[in-house]
Amino acid sequence: MKIHEYQGKEVLAKHGVPVPRGIVITEASEARAAAEELGGRVVVKAQIHAGGRGKGGGVKLADNPDEAVEFAEEILGMTLITKQTGPEGKLVRTVLIEEALPIDRELYLGVVLDRSEGFPVMMASRFGGMAIEEVAEENPDAILKAHFDPDVGLHPYLSRKLAFGLGLEGDAFKQGIKFMHALAKAYCETDASLLEINPLVTTTDGRVIALDAKMNIDDSAMYRHPDIAEMRDIHEEDPLEVEASEFDLNYIKLDGDIGCMVNGAGLAMATMDIINHYGGEPANFLDVGGDASQERVAVAFRILLSDPSVKGVLVNIFGGIVRCDMVARGVVAAAEEVKLKIPLVVRLEGTNVEEGRQVLADSGLDLIVGKGMADAAEKVVEAVGRAS
Amino acid sequence: MSIWVNSGTKVVVQGLTGKEGRFHAEKCREYGTKIVAGVTPGKGGQNVDGVPVFNTVEDAVSETGANASLIFVPPPFAADAILEAADAGIEVVVCITEGIPALDMVRVQRILQGLPTRLIGGNCPGIITPGETKLGIMPGHITIPGPIGVVSRSGTLTYEAIGQLTALELGQSTAVGIGGDALPGTNFIDCLEAFEEDKDTEGIVMIGEIGGSAEEDAAEFIEQFVSKPVAAFIAGQTAPPGRRMGHAGAIISGGKGTAADKIAALKAAGIAIAATPAEIGTTMKRAMQSRSMV
Repeated sequence: MKIHEYQGKEVLAKHGVPVPRGIVITEASEARAAAEELGGRVVVKAQIHAGGRGKGGGVKLADNPDEAVEFAEEILGMTLITKQTGPEGKLVRTVLIEEALPIDRELYLGVVLDRSEGFPVMMASRFGGMAIEEVAEENPDAILKAHFDPDVGLHPYLSRKLAFGLGLEGDAFKQGIKFMHALAKAYCETDASLLEINPLVTTTDGRVIALDAKMNIDDSAMYRHPDIAEMRDIHEEDPLEVEASEFDLNYIKLDGDIGCMVNGAGLAMATMDIINHYGGEPANFLDVGGDASQERVAVAFRILLSDPSVKGVLVNIFGGIVRCDMVARGVVAAAEEVKLKIPLVVRLEGTNVEEGRQVLADSGLDLIVGKGMADAAEKVVEAVGRAS
Repeated sequence: MSIWVNSGTKVVVQGLTGKEGRFHAEKCREYGTKIVAGVTPGKGGQNVDGVPVFNTVEDAVSETGANASLIFVPPPFAADAILEAADAGIEVVVCITEGIPALDMVRVQRILQGLPTRLIGGNCPGIITPGETKLGIMPGHITIPGPIGVVSRSGTLTYEAIGQLTALELGQSTAVGIGGDALPGTNFIDCLEAFEEDKDTEGIVMIGEIGGSAEEDAAEFIEQFVSKPVAAFIAGQTAPPGRRMGHAGAIISGGKGTAADKIAALKAAGIAIAATPAEIGTTMKRAMQSRSMV
C-alpha cells in the first residue's frame, strides 16, 4: 500500500527519523497561518501518490506567507501531470507546507527488499534528486549497498561505510549514521516494502533531514499496522479497483478493450499476453481466485463491464479442484444477471470440462466457446474486431 | 522417478482442522498421499476423518514418523508453523498459505539456512509426483507419470502446462509450484539442480513471471549446469510497470523484472521459449525431439 509523503514523514518521525517541520492543509486559506508558524519561508508541496511532482509544477518555494497562499491556491485542485501519473494526471486534494531548510548537499537513501539476497538492503548515493534506477543505469558504482537482518538492524560498520561513501563529515557524519539506523529500524517496524528518501539533505548547520519520503507498506503485513491502514487514500486509486478489492478480487485496469476474467494470477497474466499475441489489447488483469464461484464471477462481470472501453470479454478458467460444470453454471447465471450485450468467449479446461461445455451450449446464451487458450484468444480478438 | 516427495512420503498437515486444510487433505488422500497426522495447537487428541491430531509437530513426528508437512494455517501464524516443522526435523515443508509478510519470510529463510529442511512456498500450489503422492492443492488427475520435470511460480498456469504435456503424452516426473511470493523457500535453481540429478527426469518445463531476477539467475545456472532440454514460458509480457499482478512477487519495479529481460536472458542461455502460453507443451516436445529424445 502506498501512502502520501506527509503520512510517510509522520510515520518516520515517530521512529526517530528527522523530517522538516510541516503542516498539512486542504484549504489554501490555511496556508498563511501555516507559513507564519513555520518561519515565513516555506515549501508548498502537492500530495499525490506519484513522483516527479516538482517538474510537474506541484512543488514551489514561497518566500513569504503571501506567496505561500498564492501557491497553495494554484496547487490545490490542480490536476497534476507527472511522468508517473499518466496523461490523465491526478487531482491534488492535499498540500504539505514545510519549513524551507538551509540545504548544503542533496543525497539519496533508500531501503528495499533484495529478493536475491533474501535481506533488506539500504542503498545510498551522492546523486540526490536523481531516480535510483537512472543512477544504477548510468553510474552503478555510485550506489552503495548494505544488507541487514531485520532482527539485528544495520551494523555500525555498515552505516559508517555508507556515511564515508557519501562523503559526510563532522556533525553531518554523526547525524547521518543516526539517520540510517533510525531508517533501517523504521523499515522493519512498519513492514515497509519500499522506503525512499530522495533527496536526503544535509544542512549548512550540520543536520541530516528527510526532505522527501516515499513509503510503501507490505500489503500482507497490513494487519499488523492498523494505524497505517487508516492512511489509505482511495482517491488515489481507480474506483473499479477499489470496488474489486472490497470483494477480494485482484483487478487492475489497463488501456485495451478486451475484458478478461481468469482464475489464478499467472494464468491471468498469460491470458493478457495471448490476447496481445493475437493482435488484441487486454482491458484489465483480473484474477477471480482459485474457486471461481458464481457469486465471484458475477461481481467480476459487473466490474469488468463498468469499464466503458470493454468491447468483448474472454473468460478463461482452468478448473482444478473446482469443477468446470460448476464454473459454467456460474458464468451463465452471471451473464444473464448482468444482461451481457457484448461478445463473450468462454474457455474452460480441466475437471468435468465436457459437462461444463454442455452447460454453456444449453444455456441459450449467445456465447462463443473457445477450445484451448489460443483458439479463445483468437476468437475474442476477432469478435471485438468485427463489433467495432 | 521424482524429486523430494514419493510414495514413501509421510505427511503431517498443519492446520488440518481448518476448512481448507481438511478439504485438501482429503483430496490428497484420495490421490494416494499418506496423510499420517494433523497439527492444531489445543486440539491434540481429536481426529479428522480418522487422521489423528496433535498439539505440536514434534508430537506428530514422534508418534507417526511424519517426514513432510503441508501447511494451511492463516498468514499471521504461517512463519511460526514453518519454523515449528523445521525444528521437529521435517525434511520437506510445503506452505500453501498466501499473504505471509515478506519480513517474516526473511526471518524464516535466515533460520532455515544450515538446516536440512526444504521449504516449498508460501503462496504455492504444492508439489506432486504423479502416480505417487501430492502435497498441495493441484488437481491430481490432470497429471500422468513420465519424464518431464515442471517448475513454476504460478498455480493455474502450471495446471495449464501440465494439461498440455499430458495431452501430448509427455508425463511428469515431479511438478513443483514454487509460489508467487517475493521470497520463496525453494527457487528455480533448487528445482533445476534436483531435476538435473534425477535420473528419471529427461526434460524440464520452467514457468516464470515478471518481478525479481530469479529467471535470469536460473538462465545462468542452466547454461552452466543443466544438460537436459529446458522449455520456458514467462507470463506478464503485457503487464504494466509498478503494478502488483496478483502475486506479491509479480511486479516490475524500477524498470527491473520485465518479461522481455527474462526472455532475453533465457534465450541467450539457449533455452526454448514458448511464444504463447498455449505452446508450452509443444515447445517442450520440440526441444526433446531436437535431441531425439521422443
